[in-house]
Amino acid sequence: MKYLLLICGDESAEAHAQDGCGDWSEEMESRGVVEGGAGLRPPSEATTVRVRSGELLLTDGPFAETKEQIGGFVLIDCADLDEAIEIAAKHPAAGYGTIEIRPLLAGPPV
Amino acid sequence: MSGPSVGDRLDHVFRDEWGQVVATLIGLTGDWELAEECAQEAFATALRRWPEDGIPDRPGAWLTTTARNKAMDVLRREAVGAAKLREVAAMTDPDDELAAADGGTLRAPTDDSAVRDDRLRLMFTCCHPALAMEARVALTLRTLAGLSTAEIARAFLVGEEAMSKRLTRAKRKIQHAGIPYRVPPDHLLPERTPAVLAVLYLLFNEGYSASAGADLVRRSLADEAIRLTRLLTDLMPDEPEAAGLLALMLLHTARRDTRTTPDGELVPLDEQDRTRWHLDEIAAAESLLTATLRRGRPGPYQVQAAIAACHATARTAADTDWPQIAALYAQLDQTPVVALNRAVAIGLADGPAIGLRLLDDLAAGPLAGYHLLPATRADFLRRLGRTTEAADAYRAAIDLAGTDAERRYLRRRLAEVT
Repeated sequence: MKYLLLICGDESAEAHAQDGCGDWSEEMESRGVVEGGAGLRPPSEATTVRVRSGELLLTDGPFAETKEQIGGFVLIDCADLDEAIEIAAKHPAAGYGTIEIRPLLAGPPV
Repeated sequence: MSGPSVGDRLDHVFRDEWGQVVATLIGLTGDWELAEECAQEAFATALRRWPEDGIPDRPGAWLTTTARNKAMDVLRREAVGAAKLREVAAMTDPDDELAAADGGTLRAPTDDSAVRDDRLRLMFTCCHPALAMEARVALTLRTLAGLSTAEIARAFLVGEEAMSKRLTRAKRKIQHAGIPYRVPPDHLLPERTPAVLAVLYLLFNEGYSASAGADLVRRSLADEAIRLTRLLTDLMPDEPEAAGLLALMLLHTARRDTRTTPDGELVPLDEQDRTRWHLDEIAAAESLLTATLRRGRPGPYQVQAAIAACHATARTAADTDWPQIAALYAQLDQTPVVALNRAVAIGLADGPAIGLRLLDDLAAGPLAGYHLLPATRADFLRRLGRTTEAADAYRAAIDLAGTDAERRYLRRRLAEVT
């Protein structure tokens, strides 16, 4: 099954932005569960796009005004939710932020 | 002929077999809705046929095969992958299918160990920590115990539609989020087993704390919890905490006839008529607990059961071994409620003045607003002869109490000191 791990944190998480994921990345690469992912620039540099009645609306900043913002994401492919939980729990960001596990909509086979 | 007796038998069969039929069908089809539907239809077929044909020798096997055949029909109609169909079809041989078709006896569709495993898988999946607690409880009651959505809704005082949504959402999450249908591997058991026990204990408490005259469905939750916990101890004989939880439940229910007066007033432990406790049940629970404790792997349920056993085996309230109870409470995680109970035990062991001092330490904490805190205070003050202060504390407790039974009891106590 494929899951997107959304790595979230408040402003204090920015301090960890350059930490990297060292051992975690190494282990997950060798297990072959990571399909992609990246860290993100801070939400202050985000632009939100909406089109309503054909009109383009832009907002400076993230879509949701919450304390927790997405700081990165990883796409994984693993056996089931138990394995996804294990992978997420080992991620360093789980120690200071939160990680949301979202199963992907089942699309056509690639 | 003997219609009602078949009805009674069917009722028993339903209770005993429902969880297993559903568990097996989920294992075969991977589809929770389909499994439930087919189980439901199989029981309906039994209800029609058994009064005429007689009850088969192995009703569980008959029901499982009948449900499986219905699932095959549905899958065939929906033209799902041939592989899945073959998988489901492979479950029994053609003779069994024929036997089911004419309502005769059957061999078990799967060997016993697989059946046991299926129900355990279902239990762990229903209680998966990625599901909300209410969802785990509802799912356990629906799929394992076979309560209808309406019954579960009534038990938890929510509308049937809301409960139905809750169940559907949980089943969808299991399917779409990839919650595995299995008994977790060994390294996950230490964290997953307590999750299962927590659901069963919550179920038991929901049922047990329902006052007399409350909805029958609510009280039967306690029976369901005991049945499922007993099943869990059969399926996991090496898990002492499951046995501890079962002993705890049995020790509580052995006092069921004395906990309230006929008009629903709460009777505290020290005033209960001990001659009406079910002593045989207490003895059985005690020997279960003793055997369990002997394994030397105590946990919170075993400790709580040991506390319940101290109460249940005291011939009179005055004989209660309070120092032992206080020592047992000290072994539990010191949550505010445990700390309160420990203070009560110490107060009764070493004197109300000491107990009162411990209560003062708790008053500033998260128990402020919990009626048992002023109620306990009042009790110690009464024992010390400080009746005016006791009366004030009883009044404070009455204001905070949650049920009529509790309020009536506290008012009676208040009348004694004023």
